[in-house]
Amino acid sequence: MSNLRKFIDKIKPNFLPGGKFEKLHSTFDAFETFLFVPNTTSKSGVHIHDAVDSKRTMIVVVLALLPALLFGMYNVGFQHYNAIGQADAGFWQMFWFGLLAVLPIVVVSYVVGLSIEFAGAQIRKEEVQEGFLVTGMLIPLIVPVDTPLWMIAVATAFAVIFAKEVFGGTGMNIFNVALVTRAFLFFAYPQSMSGDQVWIRTKDTFGLGGGAVVDGFSGATPLGQVATSTEAHTQIVDMFGQSYSLLDTVIGLIPGSIGETSVIAIALGALLLLITGVASWKVMFSVFAGGAFMGLVFNHFGPDTASANLPWIYHLTLGGFAFGAVFMATDPVTASRTETGKWIYGFLIGVLAIIIRVLNPGYAEGMMLAILLMNIFAPLIDFYVVDANIKKRLKRVQVNE
Amino acid sequence: MSKLLSAKTKEVLLGPLNKNNPITVQVLGICSALAVTAKLEPALVMGISVTIIVALSNVIISLLRDTIPNRIRIIVQLVVVAALVTVVSEFLKAFAYDVSVQLSVYIGLIITNCILMGRLEAFAMSNRPWESFLDGIGNGIGYAWILVAVAFFRELLGSGTLFGIRVIPQALYDIGYVNNGLMMMPPMALILVACIIWIQRARNKELQEDN
Repeated sequence: MSNLRKFIDKIKPNFLPGGKFEKLHSTFDAFETFLFVPNTTSKSGVHIHDAVDSKRTMIVVVLALLPALLFGMYNVGFQHYNAIGQADAGFWQMFWFGLLAVLPIVVVSYVVGLSIEFAGAQIRKEEVQEGFLVTGMLIPLIVPVDTPLWMIAVATAFAVIFAKEVFGGTGMNIFNVALVTRAFLFFAYPQSMSGDQVWIRTKDTFGLGGGAVVDGFSGATPLGQVATSTEAHTQIVDMFGQSYSLLDTVIGLIPGSIGETSVIAIALGALLLLITGVASWKVMFSVFAGGAFMGLVFNHFGPDTASANLPWIYHLTLGGFAFGAVFMATDPVTASRTETGKWIYGFLIGVLAIIIRVLNPGYAEGMMLAILLMNIFAPLIDFYVVDANIKKRLKRVQVNE
Repeated sequence: MSKLLSAKTKEVLLGPLNKNNPITVQVLGICSALAVTAKLEPALVMGISVTIIVALSNVIISLLRDTIPNRIRIIVQLVVVAALVTVVSEFLKAFAYDVSVQLSVYIGLIITNCILMGRLEAFAMSNRPWESFLDGIGNGIGYAWILVAVAFFRELLGSGTLFGIRVIPQALYDIGYVNNGLMMMPPMALILVACIIWIQRARNKELQEDN
């Protein structure tokens, strides 16, 4: 470690103003502060400092995403080998297939996003902000495994420039950047983001796992089946028509976006986020409360369609609901900041997600649009919470006089 | 009038093309810029129509400006614009029926285009006919070129065509390229207009607001 420190100190003058690589100062600074906690302090005003700065906070979120990522890789392989009728393939074979399928997406998302971030910081002569560490990991987890890499590159570039850099970079964005990436993909290339052809990889990956798809195979996601069902009640089934139990949807060996399927893996991440206090439990809890509430309302008073009749608990375990609630809604930049506001913000996300799922047959999944919509309203909620508080206290003053 | 265009009239004509552009600087006429720019052809026709209508209505209002009672001037302006819009609309129906179907209500809605009322109120009511005519031509072309620029990218990236002719080679589709569906939706027009504003302000220091 001390050798590394010495090496960095030795090359540092090259990157300071006047040095040979002055233009790369932001890049150098990013790597230095990434490796070592900076020993500088604020030069003006009074600040309360936490030993954990935002780089360390972001790393916690990335760690929390790992269970979902690793499970997602295994699930990609699991779905693939089942689809080609080799369900007896070993655990490592399935995981290896998934790793090879998912890793390129992770690499593309990080390379494209970070290049733009570094270039942007360099142009504005600022420090490189670390927000993309999390965004770059979220993007691969919320797309179907068969999304072409160039689409991910285009969408990531679009989202980083138009949802983040133009607003002033990390901490200034109105919308969750990873969700803007997904929204761009969803509206620009709907044929690659929905339907029943994209969720399970049926082709081989780098020559691995070749084989013909078994007869009677269907790659629709559970929510996709519910949305396209014409009957009043529908049984959600796997690719060969075997029905899924509630436990199956919790474990998550079902088709879906890479990281969203397993409630257990997401719960592990949620636990880490809550123990370290990185994410707000109020937002997380109220999203689930809102979803459950709206699910129950539709169960009892909704129209007689398959998605309205889907038991409320399935609404919480299927699709991106749990993933969005834990990792997207709790994004501290785009969520409400007031404590009361967090309850309202989270609850409305849950309610809206289920409303979109049930009432709009065009969208099988509603979590993305619900969170983006509430991102817009988060500052408004905060404004009225603060306003109400001021009015309450003002009244108290007048009574005392 | 020794010269055809003095420095002032030159500014009246050319200002709206860049530093005083009705769309990117004054942010007027955004609604039709979203609606008709999915394809180049309707965007171009819309741009030409608006140019003709702004120029002619500017001239007419400028000629009438001393006789119009101040309290009913908006109604008079509307009557003039509505008459011109009806003429253009009928002309398109007669000679370019397909385009007029594509543009549907948006030709009629030129009556409510903010650029028209803006120019009539701000310029034609207080200037002579020749300057008013140049102002109308300048603003119309300023509006039209933004429309055509936006439509160029929307049609190229959204449909892979320009003026309906395929320009992105089939080979590219064969290796997996897909048209961008978002480009066909109105929100993308806003983002493209924003990009033009971004480039324009980055190049012109005087357009940058301090904050």
